[in-house]
Amino acid sequence: MSDTNLDKPLIIAGKTYTSRLLVGTGKYKDNEETRLALDASGAEIITIAIRRTNIGQNPDEPNLLDALPLDKYTLLPNTAGCYTIDDAVRTCKLARELLGGHNLVKLEVLGDEKTLFPDAIQTLKAAQILVDDDFDVMVYTNDDPLIAKELENIGCVAVMPLAAPIGSGLGIRNPYNILTIIENANVPILVDAGVGTASDAAIAMELGCDGILMNTAIAAAQKPILMASAMKKAIEGGREAYLAGRMPKKRFASASSPIEGTFF
Amino acid sequence: MSQSNKNTAFLGKTHIMNIVLNGQDKQIDDDTNIEQLLTSLDLNNKRLAVEINQEIIPRSDFATFTLSESDKVEIVQAIGGGSCDHKN
Repeated sequence: MSDTNLDKPLIIAGKTYTSRLLVGTGKYKDNEETRLALDASGAEIITIAIRRTNIGQNPDEPNLLDALPLDKYTLLPNTAGCYTIDDAVRTCKLARELLGGHNLVKLEVLGDEKTLFPDAIQTLKAAQILVDDDFDVMVYTNDDPLIAKELENIGCVAVMPLAAPIGSGLGIRNPYNILTIIENANVPILVDAGVGTASDAAIAMELGCDGILMNTAIAAAQKPILMASAMKKAIEGGREAYLAGRMPKKRFASASSPIEGTFF
Repeated sequence: MSQSNKNTAFLGKTHIMNIVLNGQDKQIDDDTNIEQLLTSLDLNNKRLAVEINQEIIPRSDFATFTLSESDKVEIVQAIGGGSCDHKN
């Protein structure tokens, strides 16, 4: 299909990616399931979390980073679980040290445990600190077009509005806001969080977003590896449908076979 | 070196000092550097990062950075995570 060549590659912080599916590495049964699901997803960017090393208990417990073919992936350390600017900035700095100077991070500063909604005010401040410290920041935010634009203005390399609360699987709850964010943007817009199944991913891509970051929708599926494959296809399908431009909606039918030449 | 801490003890001629390691109290020998601490924890060749009192210590300084009484030490690593592992 030569038409698909019309697509521009996804470029984040100067690096080009073929896959528009970014996946988290949490909540899988074990490192092997993580590895297989990542493989099936075709993802090139994967998120990781930074946590205390388990002292004394299982020093030889396989580390996720040892279990994955790291040369295949761009690692995206995530400030998951951070509720303050300080915690988020500290996490990013530790990640940079841990990964030998790696600057690409995902910033999330949460505001509320029940919804896990981002705290927009603290997110803006943390983003500024990280950008000033030469981090390439992909930022998790609400589906608020004004905040999204401000995060772009600060210098974030990608803005990632939620579709629905993290881990909720509710799908795109506010497609018009996502659309507005996309239309306003000069950096990649990725839907992050809230996708539940393949159709949700396709809808997000049909809106024109540049990619989707998900974790629970794959890891919490009955068959995570199969769902990873389904998400890959949904994202490719949704992207192609966006590029193809859908037909206009009409209230009533419109025959697709010619009326002329009927013999009955 | 702190001399009068309530937990100061002798083990041979070595002083023992108290640090907080990943949120837990721990006693170590005086003059322990980060590399020695990691070795004692079987973590020496692991992919990790170390923070002392919220300052990141580069790996290249592990052998020369000596811990002090009451230091808060954080040893962290990468684990699987997405957008929401707040409940661990």
